[in-house]
Amino acid sequence: MRGDRKLFDGLSFRVTAGQALAVEGANGAGKTSLLRMIAGFLAPAAGRIVLKSAEGESAEAEERGKSIGWLGHQDGLKPQLTVREQLDFFAHLHGRKADANALERVGLARQAELPCRYLSAGQRRRLALARLLVSERPVWLLDEPFAALDTAGQGLIAQLMARHCGHGGIIIAATHDPLGLGNESLKL
Amino acid sequence: MNPFGTLLLRDLKLAARSGGGAALALSFFALVATLVPLGVGADLKLLARVAGGILWVAAVLSALLSLDRLFQGDFEDGSLEVIALSPLALEMTALAKIMAHWLSTGLPLTLLSPVLALLFNLDVAPTVTLFLSLLIGTPAVSAVGAIGASLTLSLKRGGLILPLIILPLLAPAVIFGAGAVRLVLDGMGSGSALGLLAAFSFGAVLLSPFAAAASVRLNLGG
Repeated sequence: MRGDRKLFDGLSFRVTAGQALAVEGANGAGKTSLLRMIAGFLAPAAGRIVLKSAEGESAEAEERGKSIGWLGHQDGLKPQLTVREQLDFFAHLHGRKADANALERVGLARQAELPCRYLSAGQRRRLALARLLVSERPVWLLDEPFAALDTAGQGLIAQLMARHCGHGGIIIAATHDPLGLGNESLKL
Repeated sequence: MNPFGTLLLRDLKLAARSGGGAALALSFFALVATLVPLGVGADLKLLARVAGGILWVAAVLSALLSLDRLFQGDFEDGSLEVIALSPLALEMTALAKIMAHWLSTGLPLTLLSPVLALLFNLDVAPTVTLFLSLLIGTPAVSAVGAIGASLTLSLKRGGLILPLIILPLLAPAVIFGAGAVRLVLDGMGSGSALGLLAAFSFGAVLLSPFAAAASVRLNLGG
């Protein structure tokens, strides 16, 4: 629900390990709201969202959130911090060690000591992607993952997504562009 | 480093680098404390009588200047969503932010207070009491402020509403803090006032992370 308006009804889908799902739809159809529901920020008016893993089944939003890597509209970066400090913060926040290779993998190794305020929109998006890599979460929720990225950046994220699915991860992405992963799609 | 320490350290780093927080609060505190004696005049006894109240109110208002950004920055740039999905519970997130705010604002204000007490002709004993009362009471300002900051999170110009929400809630801190100084000026012990202030501050720090976290959760859903 958004206010009094019903965004979607009778929605049922299942994504298994190693799969990607593209959530498609016009602006305002509820793509972001669906991702926020899966992340646990929003509660569905009816029905439930269940995450099944080797440890068992969890329908609790907070429990589910611990398996989720989030890339929203905003990149979650602080202009005052350097690229490396920002990434170290995300790694330590998730109880991980800082990964020296993550910046290299997203093509930001040369900008490591640069404050984030000097990054372009595309570079900021790449750093947000590096955050997903260091958080090591099995489920990636991506809201418009290709936004602000140039062709090389789009290729990079496609490569990272393919690798994540290849390692048994799950991707659910709200997007207007094809994911290019031979994925299922859900039309809202 | 654990997630709590990581967030605390990052917020302290941001406070130091953005420049607007502690420096602005300290400047405001010093300006108010300098202007009041100029307005009241050279009545040294009167200045000493009102010192506790004036400096306490000035400290609360100074701390307020940076309180509206406690969660706002993270909310606007998307960091709060990432933090909410981290292993750190939102209650602990709120506590880390309260601690960071106190360390970057409340503590510097407390450390500056003995210098400003000179402008009010306060003797050593009431100055020490003022210092102690601010040391004990300013954590409550950050804690109660966190509730207000989380409630006004998704409001445009929420900073304007924030004082209306939290100033009434901080009345006990001002009453006990200023009261402790007045008791010493009257030749009595300040133990009871400081004790009540400590109880208020402890309660605020203990309970406010839960209230702030609940409010942040609502705002993330909105």
